[in-house]
Amino acid sequence: MPDINFDHAAAAPVLDRARAAMQEFLEKEFGNPSSLHQSGERPRQALETARAQVAALVNARPEEIVFTASGSESNNLAVKGLALAQPDKGRHIVVSAIEHASVLESARALARLGFEVTEVPVDGTGTVRPEKLRAAIRPDTVLVSVMHANNEVGTIQNLMELTRTCCSHKVLFHSDGCAAVGRVPVDIAELGVDAYSFAAQSVYGPRGAAALCLRRGVRIRPLVDGGVQERNRRAGTENVAAVAGFGVAAEFCHAHINEWSRHMARLSRRILTELPERLKHVVLTGCQDHRLPGHASMCVEFVEGEAMLLFLDDEGIRAASGSSCTARNLKASHVLLAMGLPHALAQSSLMLTLGRDSTDSDVDYFLDKLPGIVERLRRMSPLYARFQRGEDPYQTRPGQVCEEHEHTTEEN
Amino acid sequence: MYSERVMEHFRNPRNVGEIEQADGVGEIGNPVCGDMMTFYITVRDNVLADVKFKTFGCGAAIAVSSMVSDMAIGKTLDDAMKITNADVARELGGLPSNKLHCSNLGADALHRAIENYRAKAKEAK
Repeated sequence: MPDINFDHAAAAPVLDRARAAMQEFLEKEFGNPSSLHQSGERPRQALETARAQVAALVNARPEEIVFTASGSESNNLAVKGLALAQPDKGRHIVVSAIEHASVLESARALARLGFEVTEVPVDGTGTVRPEKLRAAIRPDTVLVSVMHANNEVGTIQNLMELTRTCCSHKVLFHSDGCAAVGRVPVDIAELGVDAYSFAAQSVYGPRGAAALCLRRGVRIRPLVDGGVQERNRRAGTENVAAVAGFGVAAEFCHAHINEWSRHMARLSRRILTELPERLKHVVLTGCQDHRLPGHASMCVEFVEGEAMLLFLDDEGIRAASGSSCTARNLKASHVLLAMGLPHALAQSSLMLTLGRDSTDSDVDYFLDKLPGIVERLRRMSPLYARFQRGEDPYQTRPGQVCEEHEHTTEEN
Repeated sequence: MYSERVMEHFRNPRNVGEIEQADGVGEIGNPVCGDMMTFYITVRDNVLADVKFKTFGCGAAIAVSSMVSDMAIGKTLDDAMKITNADVARELGGLPSNKLHCSNLGADALHRAIENYRAKAKEAK
Protein backbone atom coordinates (compact mmCIF):
# COMPACT_ATOMS: atom_id res chain seq x y z
CA MET A 1 0.00 0.00 0.00
CA PRO A 2 1.29 3.46 -0.79
CA ASP A 3 2.13 5.92 1.98
CA ILE A 4 0.95 9.31 0.84
CA ASN A 5 1.44 12.35 3.01
CA PHE A 6 -1.25 14.87 2.11
CA ASP A 7 -1.01 16.29 5.62
CA HIS A 8 2.30 18.13 5.40
CA ALA A 9 0.85 20.93 7.52
CA ALA A 10 0.79 18.51 10.45
CA ALA A 11 4.12 16.83 9.81
CA ALA A 12 6.70 17.08 7.06
CA PRO A 13 9.76 14.85 6.73
CA VAL A 14 13.03 16.42 7.85
CA LEU A 15 15.53 16.98 5.03
CA ASP A 16 18.53 14.65 5.11
CA ARG A 17 20.89 17.62 5.01
CA ALA A 18 19.11 19.23 7.98
CA ARG A 19 19.33 16.02 9.99
CA ALA A 20 23.02 15.71 9.12
CA ALA A 21 23.66 19.29 10.27
CA MET A 22 22.00 18.56 13.61
CA GLN A 23 24.00 15.44 14.36
CA GLU A 24 27.19 17.27 15.38
CA PHE A 25 25.37 19.16 18.15
CA LEU A 26 23.73 16.06 19.53
CA GLU A 27 27.11 14.36 19.81
CA LYS A 28 30.50 16.03 20.18
CA GLU A 29 29.53 19.70 20.11
CA PHE A 30 27.05 19.69 22.96
CA GLY A 31 28.43 22.94 24.40
CA ASN A 32 26.41 25.92 25.52
CA PRO A 33 26.63 28.91 23.15
CA SER A 34 26.79 31.23 26.17
CA SER A 35 29.91 29.56 27.59
CA LEU A 36 33.15 31.48 27.62
CA HIS A 37 35.27 28.36 27.32
CA GLN A 38 36.00 26.73 24.02
CA SER A 39 33.11 24.26 24.02
CA GLY A 40 30.75 27.18 23.42
CA GLU A 41 32.52 28.36 20.30
CA ARG A 42 31.27 25.93 17.69
CA PRO A 43 27.61 25.98 18.92
CA ARG A 44 27.77 29.80 19.01
CA GLN A 45 29.01 29.89 15.42
CA ALA A 46 26.31 27.44 14.36
CA LEU A 47 23.64 29.61 15.91
CA GLU A 48 24.81 32.66 14.00
CA THR A 49 25.16 30.76 10.74
CA ALA A 50 21.60 29.53 11.12
CA ARG A 51 20.41 33.03 11.99
CA ALA A 52 21.82 34.33 8.71
CA GLN A 53 20.33 31.41 6.74
CA VAL A 54 16.89 31.84 8.30
CA ALA A 55 16.99 35.61 7.84
CA ALA A 56 17.88 35.24 4.17
CA LEU A 57 14.83 33.04 3.58
CA VAL A 58 12.49 35.95 4.33
CA ASN A 59 14.86 38.78 3.30
CA ALA A 60 15.51 39.95 6.86
CA ARG A 61 18.70 40.89 8.68
CA PRO A 62 20.22 38.20 10.92
CA GLU A 63 19.80 40.33 14.05
CA GLU A 64 16.07 40.55 13.31
CA ILE A 65 15.61 36.82 13.89
CA VAL A 66 14.56 35.58 17.34
CA PHE A 67 14.70 31.80 17.62
CA THR A 68 11.86 30.12 19.50
CA ALA A 69 10.69 26.53 19.92
CA SER A 70 7.52 26.54 17.80
CA GLY A 71 5.32 28.60 15.53
CA SER A 72 2.87 28.84 18.40
CA GLU A 73 5.56 30.29 20.64
CA SER A 74 6.52 32.83 17.97
CA ASN A 75 2.88 33.88 17.68
CA ASN A 76 2.51 34.13 21.46
CA LEU A 77 5.69 36.19 21.72
CA ALA A 78 4.62 38.49 18.91
CA VAL A 79 1.06 39.14 20.02
CA LYS A 80 1.65 39.39 23.76
CA GLY A 81 5.17 40.80 23.59
CA LEU A 82 4.38 43.57 21.13
CA ALA A 83 1.12 44.54 22.83
CA LEU A 84 2.69 44.67 26.28
CA ALA A 85 5.65 46.72 25.06
CA GLN A 86 3.51 49.75 24.25
CA PRO A 87 1.74 50.65 27.52
CA ASP A 88 1.70 54.36 26.69
CA LYS A 89 0.10 54.00 23.28
CA GLY A 90 -2.96 52.00 24.21
CA ARG A 91 -4.54 48.66 24.99
CA HIS A 92 -6.44 47.70 21.86
CA ILE A 93 -5.42 44.99 19.41
CA VAL A 94 -6.91 43.71 16.19
CA VAL A 95 -6.74 40.12 14.90
CA SER A 96 -8.53 38.41 12.05
CA ALA A 97 -11.28 35.93 12.83
CA ILE A 98 -9.45 33.07 11.09
CA GLU A 99 -6.12 33.25 12.92
CA HIS A 100 -4.45 30.15 14.30
CA ALA A 101 -5.42 29.37 17.91
CA SER A 102 -1.99 30.55 19.11
CA VAL A 103 -2.84 34.07 17.93
CA LEU A 104 -6.52 34.04 18.90
CA GLU A 105 -5.84 32.63 22.35
CA SER A 106 -2.96 35.06 22.90
CA ALA A 107 -5.37 37.88 22.10
CA ARG A 108 -7.90 36.42 24.53
CA ALA A 109 -5.21 36.18 27.20
CA LEU A 110 -4.52 39.90 26.67
CA ALA A 111 -8.25 40.57 26.96
CA ARG A 112 -8.16 38.99 30.40
CA LEU A 113 -5.44 41.51 31.29
CA GLY A 114 -7.68 44.39 30.30
CA PHE A 115 -6.90 44.77 26.60
CA GLU A 116 -9.69 45.21 24.12
CA VAL A 117 -9.64 42.86 21.15
CA THR A 118 -11.38 43.34 17.82
CA GLU A 119 -11.74 40.34 15.54
CA VAL A 120 -11.90 41.47 11.92
CA PRO A 121 -14.29 39.36 9.87
CA VAL A 122 -13.33 37.69 6.60
CA ASP A 123 -15.36 37.32 3.42
CA GLY A 124 -16.57 34.04 1.97
CA THR A 125 -13.13 33.31 0.50
CA GLY A 126 -11.38 33.79 3.82
CA THR A 127 -9.92 37.15 2.78
CA VAL A 128 -9.58 40.14 5.12
CA ARG A 129 -10.90 43.21 3.30
CA PRO A 130 -8.71 46.31 3.80
CA GLU A 131 -11.73 48.50 4.53
CA LYS A 132 -12.79 46.13 7.32
CA LEU A 133 -9.33 46.34 8.83
CA ARG A 134 -9.29 50.13 8.50
CA ALA A 135 -12.62 50.31 10.29
CA ALA A 136 -11.27 48.23 13.18
CA ILE A 137 -8.23 50.42 13.85
CA ARG A 138 -8.56 53.03 16.60
CA PRO A 139 -6.22 55.68 18.01
CA ASP A 140 -5.33 53.35 20.88
CA THR A 141 -4.68 50.30 18.65
CA VAL A 142 -1.19 48.96 19.31
CA LEU A 143 -1.09 45.84 17.18
CA VAL A 144 -2.71 44.15 14.20
CA SER A 145 -2.15 40.44 13.59
CA VAL A 146 -3.31 38.90 10.31
CA MET A 147 -1.90 35.63 9.05
CA HIS A 148 -0.09 35.55 5.71
CA ALA A 149 -1.99 32.48 4.55
CA ASN A 150 -4.58 30.32 6.21
CA ASN A 151 -3.63 26.75 7.07
CA GLU A 152 -7.17 25.38 6.73
CA VAL A 153 -8.47 26.95 3.54
CA GLY A 154 -5.24 28.02 1.84
CA THR A 155 -6.25 31.63 1.24
CA ILE A 156 -3.32 34.04 0.90
CA GLN A 157 -4.00 37.54 2.20
CA ASN A 158 -3.03 40.65 0.31
CA LEU A 159 -0.64 41.61 3.10
CA MET A 160 0.90 44.57 1.28
CA GLU A 161 -2.47 46.25 1.08
CA LEU A 162 -3.22 45.47 4.73
CA THR A 163 0.16 46.62 6.06
CA ARG A 164 -0.17 49.90 4.16
CA THR A 165 -3.40 50.51 6.05
CA CYS A 166 -1.62 49.99 9.35
CA CYS A 167 1.46 51.92 8.36
CA SER A 168 -0.60 55.07 7.83
CA HIS A 169 -1.96 54.61 11.35
CA LYS A 170 1.46 53.81 12.87
CA VAL A 171 0.19 50.49 14.18
CA LEU A 172 2.53 47.51 14.42
CA PHE A 173 1.68 44.64 12.10
CA HIS A 174 2.41 40.99 12.92
CA SER A 175 1.76 38.18 10.49
CA ASP A 176 1.73 34.45 11.16
CA GLY A 177 3.62 32.97 8.24
CA CYS A 178 3.65 29.35 9.40
CA ALA A 179 1.40 28.18 6.56
CA ALA A 180 2.98 30.38 3.89
CA VAL A 181 6.71 29.81 4.38
CA GLY A 182 7.90 26.82 2.39
CA ARG A 183 5.03 27.24 -0.10
CA VAL A 184 5.56 30.76 -1.45
CA PRO A 185 8.61 33.04 -1.58
CA VAL A 186 8.48 35.52 1.31
CA ASP A 187 10.05 38.97 1.46
CA ILE A 188 9.12 40.67 4.71
CA ALA A 189 10.48 44.04 3.53
CA GLU A 190 8.16 43.94 0.56
CA LEU A 191 5.21 42.74 2.67
CA GLY A 192 5.79 45.63 5.06
CA VAL A 193 5.26 43.64 8.26
CA ASP A 194 6.91 44.53 11.58
CA ALA A 195 6.92 40.97 12.87
CA TYR A 196 6.61 37.62 11.11
CA SER A 197 6.36 34.10 12.59
CA PHE A 198 7.39 30.88 10.91
CA ALA A 199 8.57 27.41 11.87
CA ALA A 200 11.33 25.04 10.83
CA GLN A 201 8.80 22.33 9.96
CA SER A 202 7.45 24.52 7.13
CA VAL A 203 10.80 24.22 5.38
CA TYR A 204 11.39 20.54 6.18
CA GLY A 205 13.43 21.34 9.26
CA PRO A 206 13.05 19.68 12.66
CA ARG A 207 10.40 20.34 15.28
CA GLY A 208 11.55 22.42 18.23
CA ALA A 209 12.83 25.33 16.16
CA ALA A 210 10.95 28.36 14.84
CA ALA A 211 11.54 32.05 14.39
CA LEU A 212 9.97 35.38 15.07
CA CYS A 213 11.36 37.96 12.72
CA LEU A 214 11.26 41.39 14.37
CA ARG A 215 12.10 44.42 12.27
CA ARG A 216 14.92 46.57 13.58
CA GLY A 217 13.73 49.10 16.14
CA VAL A 218 10.56 47.21 17.08
CA ARG A 219 10.43 46.79 20.84
CA ILE A 220 9.08 43.66 22.44
CA ARG A 221 8.53 42.41 25.97
CA PRO A 222 9.93 38.92 26.38
CA LEU A 223 7.65 36.16 27.63
CA VAL A 224 10.52 34.12 28.99
CA ASP A 225 12.62 36.25 31.36
CA GLY A 226 15.91 35.35 32.93
CA GLY A 227 18.64 35.34 30.36
CA VAL A 228 20.33 37.40 27.69
CA GLN A 229 19.88 34.87 24.90
CA GLU A 230 18.38 36.10 21.63
CA ARG A 231 19.34 39.69 22.57
CA ASN A 232 17.18 39.68 25.68
CA ARG A 233 14.12 38.79 23.65
CA ARG A 234 13.85 35.12 24.63
CA ALA A 235 15.69 33.66 27.58
CA GLY A 236 16.73 30.02 27.75
CA THR A 237 19.63 27.98 26.48
CA GLU A 238 19.30 27.67 22.74
CA ASN A 239 18.27 24.41 21.07
CA VAL A 240 21.41 24.47 18.95
CA ALA A 241 20.85 21.19 17.08
CA ALA A 242 17.31 22.08 16.02
CA VAL A 243 18.31 25.62 15.10
CA ALA A 244 21.22 24.35 13.03
CA GLY A 245 18.84 22.03 11.21
CA PHE A 246 16.42 24.91 10.72
CA GLY A 247 19.21 27.02 9.17
CA VAL A 248 20.22 24.38 6.65
CA ALA A 249 16.60 23.67 5.76
CA ALA A 250 15.88 27.38 5.34
CA GLU A 251 18.86 27.79 3.03
CA PHE A 252 17.78 24.82 0.94
CA CYS A 253 14.20 26.09 0.79
CA HIS A 254 15.38 29.55 -0.24
CA ALA A 255 17.30 28.04 -3.14
CA HIS A 256 14.37 25.91 -4.32
CA ILE A 257 11.21 27.74 -3.32
CA ASN A 258 10.24 28.88 -6.81
CA GLU A 259 10.51 25.37 -8.16
CA TRP A 260 8.69 23.84 -5.13
CA SER A 261 6.01 26.45 -5.39
CA ARG A 262 5.34 25.75 -9.08
CA HIS A 263 5.38 22.00 -8.57
CA MET A 264 2.99 22.03 -5.61
CA ALA A 265 0.67 24.57 -7.25
CA ARG A 266 0.33 22.37 -10.33
CA LEU A 267 -0.51 19.29 -8.24
CA SER A 268 -3.05 21.01 -5.99
CA ARG A 269 -4.62 22.66 -9.05
CA ARG A 270 -5.07 19.18 -10.49
CA ILE A 271 -6.96 18.06 -7.39
CA LEU A 272 -9.12 21.16 -7.34
CA THR A 273 -10.11 20.82 -10.99
CA GLU A 274 -10.22 17.05 -11.42
CA LEU A 275 -11.92 16.02 -8.20
CA PRO A 276 -15.19 17.88 -8.89
CA GLU A 277 -15.24 16.15 -12.30
CA ARG A 278 -15.13 12.75 -10.63
CA LEU A 279 -17.19 13.43 -7.52
CA LYS A 280 -20.44 15.33 -7.27
CA HIS A 281 -21.37 17.79 -4.52
CA VAL A 282 -17.87 18.99 -3.65
CA VAL A 283 -17.70 22.59 -2.43
CA LEU A 284 -14.21 24.08 -2.72
CA THR A 285 -13.28 26.30 0.23
CA GLY A 286 -10.99 29.32 0.39
CA CYS A 287 -9.90 31.70 -2.33
CA GLN A 288 -9.36 29.97 -5.65
CA ASP A 289 -7.21 32.77 -7.13
CA HIS A 290 -4.90 33.58 -4.24
CA ARG A 291 -4.18 30.29 -2.57
CA LEU A 292 -1.25 28.34 -1.21
CA PRO A 293 0.54 26.06 -3.65
CA GLY A 294 0.02 22.44 -2.63
CA HIS A 295 -3.11 23.23 -0.64
CA ALA A 296 -6.53 21.80 -1.52
CA SER A 297 -9.51 22.27 0.78
CA MET A 298 -13.14 21.42 0.28
CA CYS A 299 -16.36 20.25 1.83
CA VAL A 300 -17.62 16.91 0.57
CA GLU A 301 -21.34 17.15 1.10
CA PHE A 302 -23.38 14.63 3.11
CA VAL A 303 -20.37 12.88 4.64
CA GLU A 304 -18.52 13.65 7.83
CA GLY A 305 -14.82 14.59 7.80
CA GLU A 306 -13.41 12.12 10.28
CA ALA A 307 -15.04 9.16 8.59
CA MET A 308 -13.37 10.21 5.32
CA LEU A 309 -9.99 10.53 7.04
CA LEU A 310 -10.22 7.04 8.54
CA PHE A 311 -11.05 5.44 5.21
CA LEU A 312 -8.34 7.47 3.45
CA ASP A 313 -5.90 6.30 6.11
CA ASP A 314 -6.95 2.71 5.36
CA GLU A 315 -5.86 3.39 1.76
CA GLY A 316 -2.52 4.87 2.85
CA ILE A 317 -3.46 8.52 2.40
CA ARG A 318 -2.97 10.95 5.26
CA ALA A 319 -5.26 14.00 5.24
CA ALA A 320 -6.94 16.41 7.66
CA SER A 321 -10.38 17.87 8.35
CA GLY A 322 -11.97 20.77 10.21
CA SER A 323 -15.02 18.80 11.29
CA SER A 324 -15.97 18.89 14.96
CA CYS A 325 -15.49 15.13 15.31
CA THR A 326 -11.83 15.41 14.31
CA ALA A 327 -11.13 18.25 16.73
CA ARG A 328 -10.20 17.34 20.28
CA ASN A 329 -12.56 20.03 21.56
CA LEU A 330 -15.33 18.71 19.27
CA LYS A 331 -15.90 22.14 17.76
CA ALA A 332 -16.23 22.71 14.03
CA SER A 333 -13.51 24.81 12.41
CA HIS A 334 -13.73 28.47 13.43
CA VAL A 335 -12.22 29.32 10.05
CA LEU A 336 -15.00 27.74 8.01
CA LEU A 337 -17.67 29.24 10.27
CA ALA A 338 -16.05 32.71 10.04
CA MET A 339 -16.24 32.38 6.25
CA GLY A 340 -19.98 31.94 6.59
CA LEU A 341 -20.17 28.24 5.77
CA PRO A 342 -23.21 26.53 7.30
CA HIS A 343 -22.25 24.54 10.36
CA ALA A 344 -23.45 21.28 8.80
CA LEU A 345 -21.29 21.80 5.73
CA ALA A 346 -18.23 22.52 7.89
CA GLN A 347 -18.59 18.98 9.26
CA SER A 348 -17.74 17.70 5.78
CA SER A 349 -14.42 19.47 5.51
CA LEU A 350 -11.38 17.84 3.94
CA MET A 351 -7.95 19.49 3.81
CA LEU A 352 -4.98 18.28 1.82
CA THR A 353 -1.51 19.76 2.18
CA LEU A 354 0.93 18.42 -0.36
CA GLY A 355 4.69 18.79 -0.16
CA ARG A 356 7.71 19.24 -2.38
CA ASP A 357 7.97 15.45 -2.56
CA SER A 358 4.36 14.87 -3.67
CA THR A 359 3.92 13.40 -7.12
CA ASP A 360 1.41 13.13 -9.94
CA SER A 361 0.91 9.49 -9.09
CA ASP A 362 0.02 10.47 -5.49
CA VAL A 363 -2.63 12.76 -6.93
CA ASP A 364 -3.87 10.06 -9.34
CA TYR A 365 -4.15 7.56 -6.51
CA PHE A 366 -6.04 10.02 -4.31
CA LEU A 367 -8.40 10.93 -7.17
CA ASP A 368 -9.04 7.22 -7.73
CA LYS A 369 -9.71 6.42 -4.09
CA LEU A 370 -11.73 9.32 -2.70
CA PRO A 371 -14.88 8.93 -4.84
CA GLY A 372 -15.35 5.29 -3.73
CA ILE A 373 -14.88 6.21 -0.08
CA VAL A 374 -17.38 9.04 -0.34
CA GLU A 375 -19.88 6.87 -2.16
CA ARG A 376 -19.61 4.26 0.60
CA LEU A 377 -20.25 6.89 3.27
CA ARG A 378 -23.04 8.55 1.32
CA ARG A 379 -24.81 5.20 1.05
CA MET A 380 -25.13 5.21 4.82
CA SER A 381 -25.77 8.94 5.17
CA PRO A 382 -29.28 10.04 6.17
CA LEU A 383 -28.41 13.49 4.78
CA TYR A 384 -27.77 12.05 1.35
CA ALA A 385 -31.01 10.08 1.58
CA ARG A 386 -32.87 13.29 2.34
CA PHE A 387 -31.14 15.03 -0.55
CA GLN A 388 -32.09 12.22 -2.92
CA ARG A 389 -35.71 12.48 -1.82
CA GLY A 390 -35.59 16.15 -2.75
CA GLU A 391 -35.70 17.36 0.86
CA ASP A 392 -33.46 19.94 2.49
CA PRO A 393 -30.69 17.75 3.87
CA TYR A 394 -29.56 20.27 6.47
CA GLN A 395 -32.94 21.08 7.94
CA THR A 396 -33.12 20.53 11.67
CA ARG A 397 -36.39 18.93 12.57
CA PRO A 398 -38.32 19.34 15.78
CA GLY A 399 -37.08 16.97 18.45
CA GLN A 400 -33.67 16.60 16.86
CA VAL A 401 -31.86 18.03 19.78
CA CYS A 402 -28.14 18.43 19.60
CA GLU A 403 -26.68 16.32 22.36
CA GLU A 404 -24.39 18.31 24.59
CA HIS A 405 -20.87 17.28 23.69
CA GLU A 406 -19.63 16.05 27.00
CA HIS A 407 -16.02 16.40 27.95
CA THR A 408 -15.68 13.43 30.21
CA THR A 409 -12.20 12.57 31.31
CA GLU A 410 -12.78 8.94 32.10
CA GLU A 411 -11.92 6.36 29.52
CA ASN A 412 -14.75 3.90 29.24
CA MET B 1 -7.15 6.14 18.60
CA TYR B 2 -10.04 3.66 18.21
CA SER B 3 -10.14 0.06 19.43
CA GLU B 4 -9.88 -2.74 16.86
CA ARG B 5 -13.53 -3.59 17.49
CA VAL B 6 -14.62 -0.02 16.72
CA MET B 7 -12.58 0.02 13.53
CA GLU B 8 -13.97 -3.36 12.51
CA HIS B 9 -17.57 -2.12 12.85
CA PHE B 10 -16.68 1.17 11.16
CA ARG B 11 -15.12 -0.62 8.18
CA ASN B 12 -17.87 -3.23 7.91
CA PRO B 13 -20.98 -1.75 9.44
CA ARG B 14 -23.83 -4.23 9.92
CA ASN B 15 -27.43 -3.46 8.99
CA VAL B 16 -26.90 -0.25 7.02
CA GLY B 17 -29.96 0.92 5.13
CA GLU B 18 -33.59 1.89 5.42
CA ILE B 19 -36.66 -0.28 5.90
CA GLU B 20 -39.56 0.62 3.67
CA GLN B 21 -42.79 0.37 5.62
CA ALA B 22 -40.82 0.28 8.88
CA ASP B 23 -42.87 -0.33 12.00
CA GLY B 24 -40.95 2.36 13.82
CA VAL B 25 -38.47 5.11 12.93
CA GLY B 26 -36.21 7.01 15.35
CA GLU B 27 -34.03 9.94 14.49
CA ILE B 28 -31.53 11.71 16.69
CA GLY B 29 -28.89 14.39 16.43
CA ASN B 30 -28.65 16.82 13.56
CA PRO B 31 -26.04 17.71 10.97
CA VAL B 32 -25.07 20.84 12.88
CA CYS B 33 -23.61 18.99 15.85
CA GLY B 34 -21.84 16.57 13.56
CA ASP B 35 -23.74 13.35 14.12
CA MET B 36 -27.13 12.25 12.91
CA MET B 37 -28.67 8.80 13.11
CA THR B 38 -31.90 7.34 11.80
CA PHE B 39 -32.98 3.88 12.99
CA TYR B 40 -35.67 1.77 11.31
CA ILE B 41 -37.24 -1.27 12.98
CA THR B 42 -39.47 -4.18 12.00
CA VAL B 43 -41.40 -5.74 14.90
CA ARG B 44 -42.80 -9.29 14.93
CA ASP B 45 -44.56 -10.58 18.07
CA ASN B 46 -42.97 -7.93 20.23
CA VAL B 47 -39.49 -8.86 18.99
CA LEU B 48 -37.14 -6.77 16.85
CA ALA B 49 -37.15 -8.86 13.66
CA ASP B 50 -35.03 -6.34 11.80
CA VAL B 51 -33.12 -3.15 12.54
CA LYS B 52 -31.49 -0.90 9.97
CA PHE B 53 -29.82 2.48 10.27
CA LYS B 54 -28.37 5.41 8.40
CA THR B 55 -25.74 7.55 10.07
CA PHE B 56 -23.95 10.78 9.25
CA GLY B 57 -21.01 11.05 11.59
CA CYS B 58 -17.54 10.11 12.67
CA GLY B 59 -16.01 6.65 12.97
CA ALA B 60 -17.37 6.22 16.48
CA ALA B 61 -20.90 7.21 15.45
CA ILE B 62 -20.92 4.69 12.60
CA ALA B 63 -19.45 1.90 14.74
CA VAL B 64 -21.94 2.63 17.53
CA SER B 65 -24.88 2.50 15.10
CA SER B 66 -23.67 -0.80 13.74
CA MET B 67 -23.16 -2.28 17.20
CA VAL B 68 -26.54 -1.10 18.51
CA SER B 69 -28.32 -2.61 15.53
CA ASP B 70 -26.48 -5.88 16.02
CA MET B 71 -27.27 -6.00 19.73
CA ALA B 72 -30.94 -5.17 19.19
CA ILE B 73 -31.94 -7.67 16.51
CA GLY B 74 -33.78 -10.64 18.06
CA LYS B 75 -34.41 -8.89 21.35
CA THR B 76 -37.88 -8.22 22.75
CA LEU B 77 -38.85 -4.57 22.76
CA ASP B 78 -38.53 -4.42 26.54
CA ASP B 79 -35.05 -5.90 26.45
CA ALA B 80 -34.00 -3.61 23.63
CA MET B 81 -35.17 -0.62 25.66
CA LYS B 82 -32.74 -1.75 28.36
CA ILE B 83 -29.68 -1.46 26.10
CA THR B 84 -27.66 1.32 27.68
CA ASN B 85 -24.98 3.54 26.27
CA ALA B 86 -22.47 1.93 28.59
CA ASP B 87 -23.41 -1.51 27.17
CA VAL B 88 -22.69 -0.29 23.66
CA ALA B 89 -19.36 1.30 24.56
CA ARG B 90 -18.35 -1.84 26.44
CA GLU B 91 -19.23 -4.13 23.53
CA LEU B 92 -17.06 -1.93 21.32
CA GLY B 93 -14.09 -2.37 23.62
CA GLY B 94 -14.33 1.23 24.83
CA LEU B 95 -14.45 4.59 23.11
CA PRO B 96 -12.15 7.59 23.48
CA SER B 97 -13.54 9.77 26.27
CA ASN B 98 -14.41 12.63 23.95
CA LYS B 99 -16.43 10.25 21.76
CA LEU B 100 -18.62 8.78 24.48
CA HIS B 101 -21.51 11.01 23.49
CA CYS B 102 -21.67 9.05 20.22
CA SER B 103 -22.60 5.93 22.18
CA ASN B 104 -25.46 7.87 23.76
CA LEU B 105 -26.82 8.71 20.33
CA GLY B 106 -26.99 5.11 19.11
CA ALA B 107 -29.04 3.66 21.94
CA ASP B 108 -31.23 6.76 22.06
CA ALA B 109 -32.02 6.51 18.34
CA LEU B 110 -33.02 2.86 18.75
CA HIS B 111 -35.20 3.67 21.76
CA ARG B 112 -36.91 6.44 19.81
CA ALA B 113 -37.73 4.00 17.02
CA ILE B 114 -39.30 1.64 19.57
CA GLU B 115 -41.22 4.50 21.18
CA ASN B 116 -42.40 5.52 17.71
CA TYR B 117 -43.63 1.97 17.08
CA ARG B 118 -45.42 1.83 20.43
CA ALA B 119 -47.09 5.19 19.87
CA LYS B 120 -48.32 4.06 16.47
CA ALA B 121 -49.54 0.74 17.88
CA LYS B 122 -51.45 2.57 20.59
CA GLU B 123 -53.07 4.86 18.04
CA ALA B 124 -54.10 1.90 15.92
CA LYS B 125 -56.00 0.33 18.85
